[in-house]
Amino acid sequence: MKKLLILSGKGGTGKTTAAAAFIRFAQARAIADCDVDAPNLHIVTPVKTEPERFVFAGSDKARIDTGACVGCGLCAQHCRFDAIEERDGVYRIRETACEGCGVCAYVCPVKAVTLTEDIAGEQFLYRNDAVFSTAMLKMGRGNSGKLVSDVKLAMTNAAPNAELAIIDGSPGIGCPVISSISGVDLVLIVAEPSQAGRSDLERLFKTIQIFRTKAAVCVNKWDASPEHTAAIEQFCLEHQIPFVGRIPYDKHASAAINRGMSLADVDCPARDALRHIFDQTGKLLG
Amino acid sequence: MKIAVLSGKGGAGKTMVAVNLAAIAQQVTYVDCDVEEPNGRLFLKPEGVAREPVCTLLPEFDASKCTGCRRCVEFCRFNALVYIKEKPLVFPEVCHACGGCQVVCPDGAVCEKERPVGCVERGQHGSVRVITGILNAGEASGVPVIKAALRAGDAHGGLEIIDCPPGSACSVMESVASADYCLLVAEPTAFGFHNFQMVYELASLLGKPCGAVINKMDAPYDPLERFCETNGLPILLRIPYSRQLARLAANGEIIAEKDMEYAGQFKRLLEKIGGVRR
Repeated sequence: MKKLLILSGKGGTGKTTAAAAFIRFAQARAIADCDVDAPNLHIVTPVKTEPERFVFAGSDKARIDTGACVGCGLCAQHCRFDAIEERDGVYRIRETACEGCGVCAYVCPVKAVTLTEDIAGEQFLYRNDAVFSTAMLKMGRGNSGKLVSDVKLAMTNAAPNAELAIIDGSPGIGCPVISSISGVDLVLIVAEPSQAGRSDLERLFKTIQIFRTKAAVCVNKWDASPEHTAAIEQFCLEHQIPFVGRIPYDKHASAAINRGMSLADVDCPARDALRHIFDQTGKLLG
Repeated sequence: MKIAVLSGKGGAGKTMVAVNLAAIAQQVTYVDCDVEEPNGRLFLKPEGVAREPVCTLLPEFDASKCTGCRRCVEFCRFNALVYIKEKPLVFPEVCHACGGCQVVCPDGAVCEKERPVGCVERGQHGSVRVITGILNAGEASGVPVIKAALRAGDAHGGLEIIDCPPGSACSVMESVASADYCLLVAEPTAFGFHNFQMVYELASLLGKPCGAVINKMDAPYDPLERFCETNGLPILLRIPYSRQLARLAANGEIIAEKDMEYAGQFKRLLEKIGGVRR
């Protein structure tokens, strides 16, 4: 299975729009949405059946038995994550800050702290003509990297014979992005022609290089700034990154999304540009 | 007062709104907590920038004191330690720097050294104090850098504008935790609306007063308008999509400093937020 991951660094450049179009062009049998923080691919991916659901257990969370607690404060002193707060002599865990390391439970002299399992999100697996693996991280939870690798694993296990997998990634360069990069054959970066877009592209490329993965770049809404587009092409040339095309600003794009459609189904200039980029990307994947 | 600007979806216009508010407010501290892709500095172009590294701690093991009891390896819940060649070995990328290995070691064989994961930059844009958290490429967690940036902002007091990361995970929670008000920037599309609902839920869960800004508006997106009405969420500003605004933003220009009309709009936005202050 060849795995194509779509990333952008900056948010809102058109990752999911490109992913949805590629899925239709390729008639892809394996699809994953790794933007577990803010998943959107399901909005434009038609599904016929209910998904299989799996609970995602994140890191455990500490819990203080206030009845047993003697208020010594050792737990709060040792917590590196500012996850224990004291109010009027009562110690409480700030759930979203707790990383489940267990130091508080270890240092508590009266065993008032226990660690309990925490449901940090939910995974969904649709088995229609294509396998579509997605998930939703619970608000304010960490461990998104682990959930991202579980989403990819669920896809690979359910569609072992698919030739091509298309994976929609998340913005940024941190935990979920790093986790999504592992094991993919090519990262297509959808860049935005702006100062911010260029800065984010450079930071993302640096991250991808650290993990020694192949990358290619396209620019979305290129006509919004031909100057920044030219600068991005220059950057690609200097760093020997294949530049695979430009997509024009096209009103049809948001109109298609708002109707839950893939841009692949709309006859418009943006679709034609995406088709060209898809073909170029396919050549790089081999 | 601290105002957090967030959106869920990336690219909705958080940074654009945050830097314009900062430029209008003037006596203010702008804190960029989108440490993975910090872009506020590209607009505010701070001068006299000073950089301070942000470090986390990483355990080091003294082989002469280690007796090989492996309590540290058994204790570590992140599987960041293995016992190899008669000594524990740490995987830096997996270590959460909880300090547990040091606490459980009966022989005092564990000490900690600092490991840089990013930096905080401070500079000035006129009377706007600009604080930027920057995560090093290849690092998984931005939370230590976010905390350091927020601490640097708190040192000054007064009005503070916090530019949050996208999404609704731990890094957003960290950025929003101390805010007095959440300004939610929405993009009127199906994608934007879905993520907007997620951050609204997060802000409500934390009991923060909220208001909405709709950005890149072509036509009203009914589900979003209805959602705001049903939840009593005031729409404080609507910014139309225009090629001119897109070009200014692409070139790192601050609209409120270029266009009197928008200067007035952002000023009123700031006043409205001040008005609903707790």
